[in-house]
Amino acid sequence: MSIAPAEFDATSRDAAARDEDYLWTLNFGPQHPATHTTLRLVLKLEGERVVDAMPEMGYLHSGFEKIGEHLTFNQYVTVTDRMNYISPIANNVAWHHAVEALLGLELTPRCKYIRTIVAELARISDHLLSNGAVGLDTGAFTFFLYAFYQREVIYDIFETLCGARFTNSYTRVGGVSQDFTPLVIEKIRTFVKTFPKTLDDMERLLTRNRIFVDRTKGVGVLTKDEAINRSASGPVARASGVTRDLRKDEPYLAYGDLDFKIACASAGDCYARYLVRMQEMRESLKIVAQALEHLPSGPVNVGSDQRTALPTKQQVYSSIEGTISHFELSMANRGFEVPFEESYAAIEAPNGELGFYIVGDGDDTAYRARCRPPSVLHFALFPFLIRGHTLSDVVAVLGSLNIIAAELDR
Amino acid sequence: MAVDNGPKLELPENVFVSKLDELASWCRKNSLWPMPFATACCGIELMATGAAKHDLARFGAEVFRFSPRQCDLMIVAGRVVMKMLPVLQRIWQQMHEPKWCISMGACASTGGVFDTYAVVQGIDRFIPVDMYVPGCPPRPEQLIQAIIDLQDKIQREGTITGREFDTAGRQARKRALVEIASPLSLDASRNPVLQRELAAAAEPAVRS
Amino acid sequence: MPHTPPAVDDILTALVERFGPVESSVYRGQTRVVIAAEPAFEAFSLLHSRGFDLLVDVSCVDYLEYKGAKQRYGLVYLLANTATNQRLTVRVFVDDPEPAVPSVVPLWEGANWLEREVWDLFGIRFEGHPDLRRLVMPEEFTAHPLRKDYPLQGRGERHNFPVITRDHS
Repeated sequence: MSIAPAEFDATSRDAAARDEDYLWTLNFGPQHPATHTTLRLVLKLEGERVVDAMPEMGYLHSGFEKIGEHLTFNQYVTVTDRMNYISPIANNVAWHHAVEALLGLELTPRCKYIRTIVAELARISDHLLSNGAVGLDTGAFTFFLYAFYQREVIYDIFETLCGARFTNSYTRVGGVSQDFTPLVIEKIRTFVKTFPKTLDDMERLLTRNRIFVDRTKGVGVLTKDEAINRSASGPVARASGVTRDLRKDEPYLAYGDLDFKIACASAGDCYARYLVRMQEMRESLKIVAQALEHLPSGPVNVGSDQRTALPTKQQVYSSIEGTISHFELSMANRGFEVPFEESYAAIEAPNGELGFYIVGDGDDTAYRARCRPPSVLHFALFPFLIRGHTLSDVVAVLGSLNIIAAELDR
Repeated sequence: MAVDNGPKLELPENVFVSKLDELASWCRKNSLWPMPFATACCGIELMATGAAKHDLARFGAEVFRFSPRQCDLMIVAGRVVMKMLPVLQRIWQQMHEPKWCISMGACASTGGVFDTYAVVQGIDRFIPVDMYVPGCPPRPEQLIQAIIDLQDKIQREGTITGREFDTAGRQARKRALVEIASPLSLDASRNPVLQRELAAAAEPAVRS
Repeated sequence: MPHTPPAVDDILTALVERFGPVESSVYRGQTRVVIAAEPAFEAFSLLHSRGFDLLVDVSCVDYLEYKGAKQRYGLVYLLANTATNQRLTVRVFVDDPEPAVPSVVPLWEGANWLEREVWDLFGIRFEGHPDLRRLVMPEEFTAHPLRKDYPLQGRGERHNFPVITRDHS
């Protein structure tokens, strides 16, 4: 048996297909530059107009959820990095947020603020790339380079923070791998100061650019009711007038203490999604600035009595609890106790509601680690959004949905 | 003029004498057109390599073309899964000779952390690979180094007729043997594919 | 600690009135109810009409090796109310052979791909689903990989491809 790429199964639509023999069928992907990821579309075209689109996914399905059943809660964070790889640190935060919800662990205030800051920086870097990609696909290459340069600045901050450019694996159960150093804080401060200017430049380049507006306004319209009924979340839903944002509606980490607004639009088209993302970057910057100024002092990880986060070196060498805790956590088959329970916890990731449904079975490996990926639901929207538009709008709609294949297929 | 001494050939300073093979390799190595087969995270680093800060253009390999017909260097960035592998093979076969392949990152080279049912454990099991880049994902500097190394390799081994690609003997079934030697190998009694591979590997490979 | 969503007592009462006693529990502020597979669609219609307009997720857990589990597959429906931010987890348990539940696509269009994914990875049939095909695995694939009796490294499918060497190309 040899496995060929899965062909579109046309049996259910055979009768319709015979009537539509005059239609073009165009295969788009899975290896196509404008998809930016590995996904496949089979488009039915009448001239240039898209009559129907059959999305096909799974070209990057790597069994993330199966691995989650074989790695411990701290090990699995490296895999979540590779899930939504344009904002990995937000996935780290989401994963350990869910684990801590299962364990009932209360973080230290400093850890909450640190996680808030890195998650918001991840949101900025995600929106930079997704808006940059929309710009790139609609012909604005300079905009993309501006965006990518700022991403490098954020990479640099993360590299100073934890040594990795973008697969950070930054969080741990009950804490983070490295505390903020003065250098990191200084770099984030500089970024907070310099980024608005670039953002203004980017807005000037594109927001009122006639070509860009013509190509995105009124394209791929998603109404509010449809957005809710089709389970859209994040910027895609908020551009359609859904005000749901977990940062406000179910405050987690430090979001309850901070002053920020939720960017919303009502048009529901690609242009609205672009605007929402641009505005969210400004709001994220506000959050980062506030959280940095109010960063509490104190320990960053939960205490060694909780036996989840590795104690500091000083504790290991100077106290018996620290030594025991370090030993228990570093040894295989020791780890910490997890209840025979299951829970779901989600954060507002850059792309939408990213949650994990974790089933615990006593040891520190999940029995089941289900990820609720926003990208799947957004990609399922695609045929609905593209019907009736032209072929050239396909890339604009795809870009504005910001589908990340690794999160899509897992 | 005396024949035995021969004429003293005066070459201008800007003329070099070389072998045709080396000339061809020199041309080829400095005009690598990469085909980015970017599937996952490494693709973002590949984009970063091409973008402003790292600027792959300095090394003559920046002309990313998305049509395999125009390319001679395939950079496989990211893991390749069961559903994607036939696509990868098709694209590899669509590229014109001479062509090279860089396997970028741990996932493309070995499967990386994804030792699961869906992920191909190294693309070199199914297509030829010239250069492996370690890292998960590799930094842009590493990818640039790999391209420089590949350029060296092309200069060193390249021939105008492409004799260096005649590698029937080198493409032995080494992967299957790795699988058998590993204590983690699959349960052969339930796996007809592996049984076939075992049988094939048991026979000494006779190659000219 | 995560935020505790508003209570859903009135919904539970409505469910009990309609279907008799339902098993429910609360863990870390999350309310879970268990609904039998037969009246599941009716129950979901009730929940939909009572304001649970957002289907957050549909997934499944295979309890093959789980301590104290009675039935093998436990489907997880995460519902949310976008107006009041209430959340409710609905569990539907089914068993081998031929596990099947009614599809909720008529209520929430978003369930379409989520149910396809559960069918693909667990082999649970959704009755009345408009287009129940595999979502992430190739069409030719025969197993359901997230079941607990399927090994992590697969059964050799990932090596089952022709090898292309330099001589072929």
